[in-house]
Amino acid sequence: MLTERSENYSWQRPHLIKSKNKRIIIYFLVLAYLIFTFISLEIDPQRILLGLSRSQKYFADFFRPDFISRGESIMDGIIESLTMTYVATIFGIIISIPFAFGAAENISPKPIYFLSRAVIVISRSFQEVVIAIFFVVVIGFGPMAGVLTLTFSSIGFLAKLLAEEIEDIDWSQVEAVKATGASWPQLMTYAILPQILPRFIGLAVYRLDINFRASAVIGVVGAGGIGTTLNAAFDRYEFDSASAILIVMIAIVLLGELFSSFIRKKLK
Amino acid sequence: MPKNDYNWQLKGRVRILREILFWAAGIWLFIYCWNIISARTMWPFVYDGAEQASKLLMRMFPPNWPYFLNLIRPIWDTITIATLGTIAAILLSLFVAFLAAENTSPHPILRQLALLIIVTSRSVSSLIWAIILVIILGPGVLAGIIAISLRSVGFVSKLLYESIEEIDKEQVEAVEATGASKFSTLIYSVVPQVFPSFVGTAVYRWDINIRESTVVGLVGAGGIGLQLNEAILGLKWPDAIIIFMMILSLVLFSELFSAKIRKILI
Repeated sequence: MLTERSENYSWQRPHLIKSKNKRIIIYFLVLAYLIFTFISLEIDPQRILLGLSRSQKYFADFFRPDFISRGESIMDGIIESLTMTYVATIFGIIISIPFAFGAAENISPKPIYFLSRAVIVISRSFQEVVIAIFFVVVIGFGPMAGVLTLTFSSIGFLAKLLAEEIEDIDWSQVEAVKATGASWPQLMTYAILPQILPRFIGLAVYRLDINFRASAVIGVVGAGGIGTTLNAAFDRYEFDSASAILIVMIAIVLLGELFSSFIRKKLK
Repeated sequence: MPKNDYNWQLKGRVRILREILFWAAGIWLFIYCWNIISARTMWPFVYDGAEQASKLLMRMFPPNWPYFLNLIRPIWDTITIATLGTIAAILLSLFVAFLAAENTSPHPILRQLALLIIVTSRSVSSLIWAIILVIILGPGVLAGIIAISLRSVGFVSKLLYESIEEIDKEQVEAVEATGASKFSTLIYSVVPQVFPSFVGTAVYRWDINIRESTVVGLVGAGGIGLQLNEAILGLKWPDAIIIFMMILSLVLFSELFSAKIRKILI
């Protein structure tokens, strides 16, 4: 049988969607959506050509980064960004812990659970820049608005991931410590914290990294940091300074990544 | 011989001392940073902040419900920016990840180049890409799409090349042993192994991109950010609250949608 069929039989990879009709319908819908969106784009080729010819000079500037002429304000912006990042991450860690315990389904009463989850959802749904606009309107321009923004968006991130960690905790360890007659603080330090701390430190370092990147954009709406300097450079069409700022930022992110992978290796 | 007065301790003396030093350094740095920020802050404005915030909330009510109709097109644009931006990023990242993975990269120099692309893309956020692109391409949805895709390439490629590096080599050898060409080997041995995690990454990035594309409009790159900017600069708070509500529901919807897709596919 097999030898007979083998001449005109060729194996094919299994398809992702098994039913043939369903597959055709889904492909058709996706294609229709793509065509429709392409039509709705309203691309203006003339404007693009104009822009490309004008931007040749800017592009040339991009490859000649100028660290000197705005050196002082670059330095100042970087320091402001770093301080904002550190302070906001610390605040975020402190405030996120109670929310994380409130949002862990296995230890928190229902009303507190829903309240904490609502805070987490709101904090995570809005991009940092949107939150920054709000804080700039409320307390004015400057790094304090940035600190509040980054703190607020760190709370949702850290609390959500820490809550998941608490939900996955191994209860037999907690019971074992409880059986020795440990008090509540002892229970926390010897049974619960050792289980969640390594992961939490990893998350906090990761958030430090995210906060630095975010601190570079919220300056665009006036919330302090290197973003303010960068935005000013773009406004003045000083693409050489802008390129220098971007290079410094990339270098700092790289250093941060090395630092966080070092810390994570140490924790393991 | 066990002593009766022996107390078990979690940490030794040296470790406790080291931890105290670590904490002291951390707290000192915090105070130092706080002083820098504090010096640059207009404290009267901050003390006034709570009152300002409550006044702001008061001004948002009653919300300007009919304004919702003006937002349908910007919402559509926002979704378009996120979707097309993610698709473009996926197509680009297939090449970048293939070059960046140690076991599939054709040349070490190309690998370093791919890693440089990934780092650059990950360090510069989409709003900054959008500022540059609006200068070049002019305001509009296209600038937003390219900004989102440039930001996402690094993220998607990084996760993809890490999963390519972790594949099972025996399957690759098995396919090679049949005499398959290099391209077929890639399609039949590498792709099936990384596909599930890749789809998961792509859908997750789409979800993040919905959030990001709500702000690229602030610098003119299309989407609902443009309306948000107008509403806030024009102090039209009853409009602004409608926009906030739309962003919130859009993000929640995308989160549910991506969770569902990931459940089906993985």
